[in-house]
Amino acid sequence: MPSLGADMEAGTVLEWRVQPGDTVHRGDIVAVVDTEKSTIEVEVFEDGVVEELLAAPGDELPVGAPLARIAAAPAAPAPDRRPARAPAGTPRRKHAEAKPARTGTPRRTRPAARRSPAEAARSRAAPRAPRPPGAAPVRASPLARRRAAERHVDLADIAGSGPGGAVVAADLDRAPSDGERAPGTPSEAAEPGTPAAADEEREDRQAAMRHAIGALMARSAREIPHYHLATTIDLSAALTWLTAANERRSVAERLLPGALLLKATARAAIEVPAVNGFWVDDAFQAAPAVHLGVAVALRGGGLIAPALHDADRLTLDELMSALRDLVGRARAGRLRSSEMSDPTLTVTNLGEQGVEEVHGVIYAPQVALVGFGRVTDQPWASQGMLGVRPTVRATLAADHRVSDGLVGARFLNALDHLLQSPEDL
Amino acid sequence: MNADETRTLLARLLRGIAPEVDLDTVDPGAPLQEEAELDSMDFLNLVNALYDETGIEIPERDYPRIATVEGFVGYVSALSTTA
Repeated sequence: MPSLGADMEAGTVLEWRVQPGDTVHRGDIVAVVDTEKSTIEVEVFEDGVVEELLAAPGDELPVGAPLARIAAAPAAPAPDRRPARAPAGTPRRKHAEAKPARTGTPRRTRPAARRSPAEAARSRAAPRAPRPPGAAPVRASPLARRRAAERHVDLADIAGSGPGGAVVAADLDRAPSDGERAPGTPSEAAEPGTPAAADEEREDRQAAMRHAIGALMARSAREIPHYHLATTIDLSAALTWLTAANERRSVAERLLPGALLLKATARAAIEVPAVNGFWVDDAFQAAPAVHLGVAVALRGGGLIAPALHDADRLTLDELMSALRDLVGRARAGRLRSSEMSDPTLTVTNLGEQGVEEVHGVIYAPQVALVGFGRVTDQPWASQGMLGVRPTVRATLAADHRVSDGLVGARFLNALDHLLQSPEDL
Repeated sequence: MNADETRTLLARLLRGIAPEVDLDTVDPGAPLQEEAELDSMDFLNLVNALYDETGIEIPERDYPRIATVEGFVGYVSALSTTA
């Protein structure tokens, strides 16, 4: 079970897209997993042949538990059996390498998905107790698990009304707590598939997402010594260029100002690498690429920040098209695992909501967060003249363990500078 | 398209972008982006969907004229009857 974001503790397998015997290649989608925040398509990080699926649809597994065994392609030499390994550069946590106990298999096994720095940091912060051996897993929504723990109710005693008989939070509300169990209590369950059940599921999802965001942000606020900087950037050059560029473009090719801001942010992160990477095992790991986490507000509440991969290397047109695709899939609940685990620096653009600036909380284990506010016309003095210019407040929240205000200021200055030459972005 | 047909079209396009919004409850004179909580990406997708359905391409400089339901219906139905 890959970590699909630092706030994820467990995931539920919804569907397999491969079967034993199938040949898979790096990047193929092998499974669909449900988390507190979204439904995610899980990509495989190795080439090979699927040997065995270790989880069935409906199973909920902690992050780090194996989903499947993948053997190296048959043509490859078969070395001595070795422990599943993390890719180079990724810190390993022994306790989370929950390999299946299996003997006599001559081929080496590999985890179906790599461990990301986000995952390593998360599992370090909150080591999980292993499931007692022999205990049959009970299907339950994350919210139901939390409520059950709070009320000291054993999930195995609850009749589930969710998909596949899974226990949902509403089932717990009908269940007596703390030893006054009455197995014959008539159920007033909303029938699955009715509008009431759909509403319940939506509320469940929203409560689960709020919990996931809250848990991660509480940890960030507790552990990361934030510092905050802000500057006002003149956007007249960028917006004039954009208006002219869009005049020549068809509707489908039009650029949004947000694409320019993202591109400039990614380029500035190349110039000031101390904002781009992870804090893992008491040290900063600079990221080798810039994968911008783009904060997307979801309809009905909640927030998700999937990665726009290699944002610094995309042309503006490529970036815009990738952004449209990413936002569309984020809202439709069809993100991929690499998009959830990869962001190296997150950008939040709250200008659409009308605020002028945002003082963000960093998404641990990332080390900085860039915020943009609303574009507003402001009086602007330039070369001894006073004029009115469209401006934006750009802010940086950064981790003092990694950088100081001087470095952060250099980042915001680079951002400003890049936005003055939009034709070069 | 007359005004009613344009309004029906807008309701359909909007369902693809903001399924929970009921056009009947939207104040026709108020900014649609605020009423339906559309961000700039949603609005671009709306303009794009209109183009895909009707071939009508609204230039960016005319965005303020289609910012309300009233404005959208008036602008699009006028264009499609003269075309």
